[in-house]
Amino acid sequence: MTEHPEDATSPEDAQSPEDAQSAGGAVGVGWHRLHPLSSLISAGRVLSGLVGIFALSLVTAGSYKHDLYQLIVAAGLVVTGLVRWLVTRWKLDGATLRIETGLLRRDSRQLPMTRIQAVDVERPFLARILGLAALHIRLAGAGKEGDRLAYLTVGEAARLRATLLAGQHGLDPATPEPAELPVIAVPAGRVIGATLLRAAPRFGALAVIAVAAVTAVPGIFLAAESTLGLIALGLVTRTWQQVTGRYGFRVATSPDGIRIRRGLLSTVAETIPFRRVQAVRLEQPLLWRPFGWCRLVVDVAGVAGRDSGPKAGGLTRALLPVGDMNEAQHLVGLVLGHDIPELTRPPKRARLKAPLSYHFLAAGHNRVMAVTVTGRVCQKTVYLRLEKLQSVRLTQGPVQRKLSLASVHGDAAGRRAHAVFSDRQADQARGLLDELADLSRNARNAESAG
Amino acid sequence: MRLTQVAAAGPVLGVIAGVAAGLWAGAWAGVAAVAVVAVAAGFVGWVERRRYLAWAYRERDEDLIVSRGVLVRRISVVPYGRMQFVEVTAGPFERVFRLATVQLHTAAAASDARIPGLERDEAARLRDRLATLGEARAAGL
Repeated sequence: MTEHPEDATSPEDAQSPEDAQSAGGAVGVGWHRLHPLSSLISAGRVLSGLVGIFALSLVTAGSYKHDLYQLIVAAGLVVTGLVRWLVTRWKLDGATLRIETGLLRRDSRQLPMTRIQAVDVERPFLARILGLAALHIRLAGAGKEGDRLAYLTVGEAARLRATLLAGQHGLDPATPEPAELPVIAVPAGRVIGATLLRAAPRFGALAVIAVAAVTAVPGIFLAAESTLGLIALGLVTRTWQQVTGRYGFRVATSPDGIRIRRGLLSTVAETIPFRRVQAVRLEQPLLWRPFGWCRLVVDVAGVAGRDSGPKAGGLTRALLPVGDMNEAQHLVGLVLGHDIPELTRPPKRARLKAPLSYHFLAAGHNRVMAVTVTGRVCQKTVYLRLEKLQSVRLTQGPVQRKLSLASVHGDAAGRRAHAVFSDRQADQARGLLDELADLSRNARNAESAG
Repeated sequence: MRLTQVAAAGPVLGVIAGVAAGLWAGAWAGVAAVAVVAVAAGFVGWVERRRYLAWAYRERDEDLIVSRGVLVRRISVVPYGRMQFVEVTAGPFERVFRLATVQLHTAAAASDARIPGLERDEAARLRDRLATLGEARAAGL
C-alpha cells in the first residue's frame, strides 16, 4: 500500500510544463505533481514560528541545546510535507479530474467536471511571494481538504481552472479562458467603514460591560480586564480578518461565470458558473441604512462552511460585501436575469401576527423568479430562480389560522437558501403553493430542454 | 402507531403509579394516581389521534404532497425530479406492528416529506415507485 507507482509517472512528470505549453493553453495529459515548494508553504506558519523561537533563544541565551527539539519538530514538519508532496499527484482523465494522495491510506478522488459548483484560486501570503496558488474545486456535498490542489504555479492553476470550467459547461477542455468584463470594484474605504460599523455594536457592548464591571466592583479590575481584553482581542482579530478578506473586492463576469477577487495579503479568486447560483440574498443591516449600503450573498450548493476568510467553505459567498442599492440591483440582474417580479404586501391583519417584521414583509413571483422580503431589524431580500426550487411548503400556525393567513416557503439546495412568502391570505397561499410547484416544473423543463 | 404505544403504555404506567402511590401513602392516593395517569393517557391518545388523522399524502403525476400537523398545519410539495434519495426506517415499535417510515430527501435541508406508520408492503411499494420516478425525472442541481 505504501509503495508509490513513481516509475510509472516520472517520465510524464518531467515533461508536463512543456506539454502544457505546446497544447496551446490546455493542461497536458498524464500524471502531474504539485509544486515542490508546496510542502514549505503548508508548514510555513508553524515553521517560521519555530525557527523564530530557535533564533531568539540562540541570540539571548547563546545556547541552542534546550531548543534542539524545536528543530526536530521543524524537520519533522518538512519531512511530512515532502512525503505528502511525493505521494500526491493529479491528472485530467477526459472530463474527470483525478487526485490521488496519502502514504499509508491511499485516497483517490474522481471529480467529474460537469458536477463542479465553483472553482477558487487561493493564494496565501507566502504562496504569493513564491508565485504559487492553490486550486480549490467545490462539488456539492464533497469534503473540504481533499478537493484542493495546493500548490501549483500561478500559470498552471489558471490553465487548469480554465479547463475545468470549460468542462463544466460541456465545452472542449482545450477552450482557452474567456475574457472577463469587470463589473464592480468596492473602494477600500467603504469596506473598512462598513466592517467597522458592523462590529461597532459589539465593541460598544464590550465597553459598557467593562465600565459597568469596574465601577460596580473596583477590586475586580484586573480579572475583568484580562477576560474582557481577550474577548476584545478576538473581536479585533475577526474584524481585521473581515477587512483583509474583503479588501480590494472586485466582481467581473465572463462567459464561464461570475469571478470574484478579494484579499489584501492572501488573495482569493472565486469563479461561480451562473447556473450554479441557487439563490441571491440582499441584506441591509440597520447601521448601514443611513449610508444606503447593502450586501449581497450568493448561495451555492455544497458543504456548509465559514462565510469569510481565505479558506471560506462552500455554500455562501459574498457577491458584494458592501455596496449601494444600484450596484446590488445591477448584480442581481446580471446573475439571475432582469425579469424581477413586482412585490405585493401581505394583508394588514398580518401586523397582529408579525408586529416586528410587518414593515418589511413583501413578496412576489413571476414565471422565472420569486422574490421575498423578510426581517425584523435587518432587511433580508431573497431572489430565487424557480428552476432551482427543491420543494415548496405551506405552513399555518394557530395564530395564522385565526387570522386566515398562511406562509409559503420555497426551498433551494443548501441550508440557508430559502424564500418565505410570509403571512399571505390563506386561500391565495394554497393556490400559490400549487402555482409555484407548476411554474418551477415548467422552468426546470425549459432549462433542461434549452 | 403512537396511538398503540400510548394504549399499551397507559395501563402499565397506571398500575405502576397506583401500586407505588398505594404503598407510599395509602390506598386512596393509589386510586388518585391511577386516575391521573388514565386522564393523561387519554389526553395524549386524543392528541396522537388528531395527529394521525391529520397526516396524509398523495402521489400526483409530478410530485408528492404530504400534509400534516394539528396546531401548525404543514403541506409539503416535493417534485419527484428533485429527490436525492428515499429513506425507509423502522424503529423497534414500528417493527412490532410491521410498520415503516418513508422519508424523501432533497438537496434542500428544509424539505420535510416524511410519512410515518406505513404498512411495510406499502412502504416498500412507495419507496420503489419514488425511486423509479425520481430516476426518470431527475434534474441537476
